[in-house]
Amino acid sequence: MSSHSAQSKIVEAVSAEPHPLQEIWQAFRRNRGALAGLVIIVLIALTAIFADTLAPHPQAEQYRDAFLLPPAWVEGGSTRFILGTDDIGRDILSRIIQGARVSLSTGAMVVVSSLLLGIVLGLISAFNRGLVDIAIMRLMDIMLALPSLLLAIVIVAILGPSLVNAALAVVIVQLPHFVRLTRAAALAELGKDYVTASRVSGAGLLRLMWITVLPNCLAPLIVQATLGFSSAILDLAALGFLGMGAQPPTPEWGTMLSSALQFIQRAWWVVTFPGLAILIVVLAFNLMGDGLRDALDPKLKEG
Amino acid sequence: MLRFLLTRISLIIPTFIGVTLLSFSLIRLVPGDPIELLAGERGLDPARHAALRAQLGLDQPLLQQYWLYIQQVLQGDLGVSIVTKTPVMDEFLTLFPATIELSLFAIALAVLIGLPVGMLAAVKRGSLFDYSSMGLSLVGYSMPIFWWALLLILFFSVNLGWTPVSGRISVLYYIEPVTGFLLIDSLLSDESGAFRSALSHLILPAIALGTIPLAVIARMTRSSMLEVLQADYIRTARAKGLASWRVIIIHALRNALIPVVTVIGLQVGVLFAGAILTETIFAWPGIGKWLIESVQRRDYPVLQGGVLLIASMVMLINLGVDLLYGLINPRISR
Repeated sequence: MSSHSAQSKIVEAVSAEPHPLQEIWQAFRRNRGALAGLVIIVLIALTAIFADTLAPHPQAEQYRDAFLLPPAWVEGGSTRFILGTDDIGRDILSRIIQGARVSLSTGAMVVVSSLLLGIVLGLISAFNRGLVDIAIMRLMDIMLALPSLLLAIVIVAILGPSLVNAALAVVIVQLPHFVRLTRAAALAELGKDYVTASRVSGAGLLRLMWITVLPNCLAPLIVQATLGFSSAILDLAALGFLGMGAQPPTPEWGTMLSSALQFIQRAWWVVTFPGLAILIVVLAFNLMGDGLRDALDPKLKEG
Repeated sequence: MLRFLLTRISLIIPTFIGVTLLSFSLIRLVPGDPIELLAGERGLDPARHAALRAQLGLDQPLLQQYWLYIQQVLQGDLGVSIVTKTPVMDEFLTLFPATIELSLFAIALAVLIGLPVGMLAAVKRGSLFDYSSMGLSLVGYSMPIFWWALLLILFFSVNLGWTPVSGRISVLYYIEPVTGFLLIDSLLSDESGAFRSALSHLILPAIALGTIPLAVIARMTRSSMLEVLQADYIRTARAKGLASWRVIIIHALRNALIPVVTVIGLQVGVLFAGAILTETIFAWPGIGKWLIESVQRRDYPVLQGGVLLIASMVMLINLGVDLLYGLINPRISR
């Protein structure tokens, strides 16, 4: 081994610098938990998409001969209903599969709306220091002064209980986090030379906001969006559980839990499985969020 | 320090005004006639309707109504519950100790377990203990606590029969409220077995409520401890030949605690949100259950007053944490 070949290797390594996205993927892949989270999310997303084909029974079908049937592996259970049936004879597995569709689609809608609205407000706030900024940030402070679930409950109390209103409430609850993050990231970027250069060369305000500054603020926002997904699903399920979100007979996991409450003493399976589904999805998003945080920005690491 | 104090307090005032605006508009945003909502009667005759309108000040301009509302709030008058006809403030003060007792117990559990676990995980980084405790705390952090509470009931109350399913104390006991904290009051009373009963009622809800803070504290302690353990002064302390437990507890833990204290303070909001769910499930007579019932009964004055009180409480506690943080870490208050 001569020093010459080692040198050429270094040159090679430098010239073959991977694409930034590739670099992120490399870092993400090294985190086994994050990878597991991603796999689970993909599987659940596929389940949600193909729910109609995957579910062994129609979720609303009530089998008169099978009320509160235990899971297949318990004595008295039947392989026809793998996870058992509920109090009016509906197949629990099918309802959980359909519930994946409800939870994931509502969660995605909530996070995307909250993220977009948060970016707009955050950028406006960062680019208009002064009254506008103060007004927006004070408003966010007020929203943060209330515990998230309480704020959501207040909004649902005003609008009336339904899945759509619960989703709207969660959008509002999550908004302050996205606004604050966008504003902080944008303010940090605004002082940098490339922004000044862009400004000097005559870039308009909109271009500065969306094309120059925003792409460099995305890393923390992506992490927050992933973690926001898990809290959105948790909050939606909690609202459903309290009777303020999706209404029965919608196969929403939290709603399923609340209607199973009265059978807790004699049918553990109606309570256990919907909650397990919530836990798995939330855990998967948290795992992935943690991995993304480490991959996108090592400085953002926290406990 | 004084300047730091004053800035923090001046920041809280606009937020407080905003929260009063929110709670002021709550009753006016709800669809339906506020008079009927507040009086709890349908089909009032027009004369009584007008009289109530005047009595409640709803015939005045909005700005004046708000002024009136603020004056009442500052005097501690938060209106009267539609259902029970008792002042909202009185109801709150009766129920609040139950929530405090539950939350304190939950946070104590979280700190007592979370701190040592996080510390040990940091010291034994990469060990089986580290992986399993951090894995478990991620599960705890992701836990839908309403389901967790049900599982606890299913296992400890239904299967094992160790703990009661709901309530705060067995109905057999009548405890004269002295402090409002049943654990203390039951010890003060002569009733034998009352303390045991109160404790057995408290333990499951406290575990359910404390799980998320426990996970957060364990994770935070670990990462903050890891950072401190790499610092130069720790290496110096080790090089001086100090016992390793002494380095960890006296030198490292002290500094590692600073971010942990902030995180514990931030758990107040989480605790309140969790209390709503936990109290509903365990029929725990605190303000969380009270607020949920007020929504279900459409008892808007209670919701309005409760929201204002809880928001003010959270703001004050956060202010307190900020100040405490400034005391622990003087670099911040400059």
